[in-house]
Amino acid sequence: MTVNGTRYDRDVEPRTLLVHFLREELGLTGTHVGCDTSYCGACTVIVDGRSVKSCTYLAVAADGADVRTVEGVAVDGTLHPVQEGFWERHGLQCGFCTPGMIMSSVALLEQNPAPGEGEIRHAIEGNLCRCTGYHNIVRAVEYAAAKMRGEEPPAPDWEVPS
Amino acid sequence: MSTTSVLGGVVRRKEDPALIRGEGLYVDDIKLPGELAAAFVRSPFAHARISSIDVSAAIAMDGVHAVYTADDVRHLGPVLAQVAVGTLRPPLADGAVHHIGEAVAMVVADDRYIAQDAVDAIFVDYDPLPAVVDLKAAAADEIQAHEGVSNVLLAWSGQDWWPGVTDELPDAKPAIEEAKARDDTVTVSLEMVNQRLIPTAIEPRAVLANWHAGYGSFELWSSTQIPHALAGAIAKIFGLPSNKVRVVAPEVGGGFGLKLNIYPDEILCCFASKELGRPVRWTETRREAPASSIQGRGWVGTATIVGTRDGRILGYELDAICDMGAYSQNFTVAIPLLGLFVAPGQYDIPTAYTLTCVVTNTPTTDAYRGAGRPEAAYYLERIIDRYAREIGMDPAEVRKKNFWQPDQFPATTAVGLTMDSGNYAANLDALLEKVDYEGLKARRDAARAEGRLVGIGLSSYVEVCGFGPSALAGLGFSWSEYGQPAAFNGSGVVRVNPDGSCTVIIGTGPSGQGHETTWAQIVSDQLGIELDQIEVLHGDTAESPFGVGTFGSRSLAVDGTATYEASARVKDKAAAIAAHLLEAAPEDIRFADGGAHVAGSPDKTVSWPEIATSAYQPHTLPDGMEGGLESTAVFSPGNATWPFGSHLALVEVDPDTGNVEILEYWAMDDCGNVVNPMIVDGQIHGGIAQGIGQAMFEAAIYDDDGNLLSSSLMDYPIPTAADLPSFRLDRTTTPTDVNPLGVKGIGEAGTIGSAQTIVNAVVDALAPLGVEHVDMPLRPRNVWQAINGARG
Repeated sequence: MTVNGTRYDRDVEPRTLLVHFLREELGLTGTHVGCDTSYCGACTVIVDGRSVKSCTYLAVAADGADVRTVEGVAVDGTLHPVQEGFWERHGLQCGFCTPGMIMSSVALLEQNPAPGEGEIRHAIEGNLCRCTGYHNIVRAVEYAAAKMRGEEPPAPDWEVPS
Repeated sequence: MSTTSVLGGVVRRKEDPALIRGEGLYVDDIKLPGELAAAFVRSPFAHARISSIDVSAAIAMDGVHAVYTADDVRHLGPVLAQVAVGTLRPPLADGAVHHIGEAVAMVVADDRYIAQDAVDAIFVDYDPLPAVVDLKAAAADEIQAHEGVSNVLLAWSGQDWWPGVTDELPDAKPAIEEAKARDDTVTVSLEMVNQRLIPTAIEPRAVLANWHAGYGSFELWSSTQIPHALAGAIAKIFGLPSNKVRVVAPEVGGGFGLKLNIYPDEILCCFASKELGRPVRWTETRREAPASSIQGRGWVGTATIVGTRDGRILGYELDAICDMGAYSQNFTVAIPLLGLFVAPGQYDIPTAYTLTCVVTNTPTTDAYRGAGRPEAAYYLERIIDRYAREIGMDPAEVRKKNFWQPDQFPATTAVGLTMDSGNYAANLDALLEKVDYEGLKARRDAARAEGRLVGIGLSSYVEVCGFGPSALAGLGFSWSEYGQPAAFNGSGVVRVNPDGSCTVIIGTGPSGQGHETTWAQIVSDQLGIELDQIEVLHGDTAESPFGVGTFGSRSLAVDGTATYEASARVKDKAAAIAAHLLEAAPEDIRFADGGAHVAGSPDKTVSWPEIATSAYQPHTLPDGMEGGLESTAVFSPGNATWPFGSHLALVEVDPDTGNVEILEYWAMDDCGNVVNPMIVDGQIHGGIAQGIGQAMFEAAIYDDDGNLLSSSLMDYPIPTAADLPSFRLDRTTTPTDVNPLGVKGIGEAGTIGSAQTIVNAVVDALAPLGVEHVDMPLRPRNVWQAINGARG
């Protein structure tokens, strides 16, 4: 499979999960395991353009596929607008759900460049966050969507620096 | 965005660049050469004797290195508890199991796949016993959770007082009974369930232990909120001095109290590593997490208010049974105690309480975000709403009529504790003005006139946090049982390095709260060193000063203050050095723009690198001055801190489905001074979400046999993005004088204020139907049943 633009040829045990292949075989530990049952979405990666939960996806099912993980979304060291949005709008606290949340958001914005709040919330419904209450994650995705459209992001909703 | 630190300014987090690139290192991301993986056999029964365990097939499997049962590890136990009341947990079930999912055997194998295969090959013969799950049944003691042992551990009651911690108070009960007997008073009472919750950090717990035989020392990586306590506990268990155990809590993917415990898996991985001479890892699966980590809440109780018809509360009673689960762990029985610390809330009212701690055949309960205080706030603020409705008074007015007034602080409450500062009516008024309360009520009434079920819910709350005063150590709020007999002090090291950069090492660490950023702001503000020149280290007991951990909304108020004081001392020394270099008086030295200058002479400057260079070359220092430029401070506060606030929700209930929609959610919190408003708001957002989770979605549900029916995230639904609204926040600022920063703590406030806000709103929506109460969680079915029950 191709992961973040690099081709890997490996023999894997048939029961190896994609997330374990990425983490343990390729050392890409940015993709996390939060539940093993595809509810929490911490393991979300993009396979052939669609976001999938890699904890319930066999590595062999991704044979020949193009896989993108959080390690691959920044280009030449420049943060992806979604990553920038999470930083600028405090879209993360402990950071554990963040890689999956970023990948779902990237997939959303590739399909829908101007999502409303409801569409954003629906798109990341499969990614659980226990820290942020999602408020600032929504703001982060709104920030990224505006940046990707070449527009000025909405102002942050906390008070201005004193 | 501001790039220089001003206390009270928004600064992007220092933590984030690594985390958003997937470069954050959590325990499961750290690999050691030759490491083995552990997995546990867990009980399918809530209460049973173990008649035999056959491990022969498992131990014969290729790649399996060891299988341990109670016989191998009994000497390591029981698992140390800080408040050691009740039966403590054996490292592995010893002759009997007492809750579903209790660990019975441990497998260590080449990898997690093989370990799990071996778990499946172990045969345990159980002889089931009756289980006790229901709290009233447990209190009745007819079925005992541990054979031959009473289920009732203790009852915290109105007669309790602790010299040096609380004032001795007369029993409020006679006055309350007298008030009830009067003709001109109203008494309202509600029995309510504050259901059990599974904390559910998104990062499961993970442990990696490595015994170094040559050094006679352990290295232990754990996703924990309390690395120093864990080091002490491991040292005590294995007979080592604590400096022979290095615990590292790297990135911690959410804590919320569940990682505030010493767990058997941490002990057992150390044991296995020592036995096998290899590093041993265990990573919790979501399926086992409800049993392998603690749960929270779990009270059933009756709240009663007696008051006049014009809204003066004459007495408040809370009588609750509190679920401890099968074993006592860290603070277990002390969690209800934290609740009674705030039982009277923001109100100057006589309070009587009995909190009975009972054992059941369920996993242990312990601190979960708020820890006793959300339960206490729930009972009080629900029954105040019920009282307001009974006397036909606006619930905001009833609250205001009974608040402590600003000039009464420091205020000694009905439970004998002294609150530092508060301005409750002003806070509630600020909220009411912000939401346009009268307009909101008009909107609600107009919707009602159309037949819609729309309601407004309000709650005030006060929290006790910032632990804590040294005297509380006598109540078990210390780490003495873990071999680290320190009160809950704060600690911080501030070191200006020879190149002028600054290293801050703190005794507490984040699990998402942004310590690196907030602490850097404190130090930057003191020293005028740019944020990007300040590195904040934490979580490694080998390098950090002794600290008790991150919990109880305590880090900033206690450890943050220690860091503030350490930086103040560094600043004093740096001023003396700068004065020497600039040939000026130390009192004329001012710090700004990356260095120091002489007041009134901005061109007479030295940079931090110049000051630091001098500090590390003592021949350039004033005569007799010691070299180096660092300080360690330990801060022990004289009191806890008492943040407070008011929350309001507008909800609509679908009468056909019982579905609750939150139309608006407002919070007006007061945590004293604020270092980084962005981070504080984020803490409130997350806290509210967890309170709403309890109010509307979450419940750890056990059947009569003690089987957990909500063991996956499908059956235990924590809120998703689609379930929640955006929140509208504002704050009032009432500083504390308990610490020089004037900060109180904010980690738990949102959770303490929110669950009853939602329930009050839903009950208000259903009030036209005659509904007086609906127990949480307010899932559609429960609300629909309340609607249809009321309609008859």
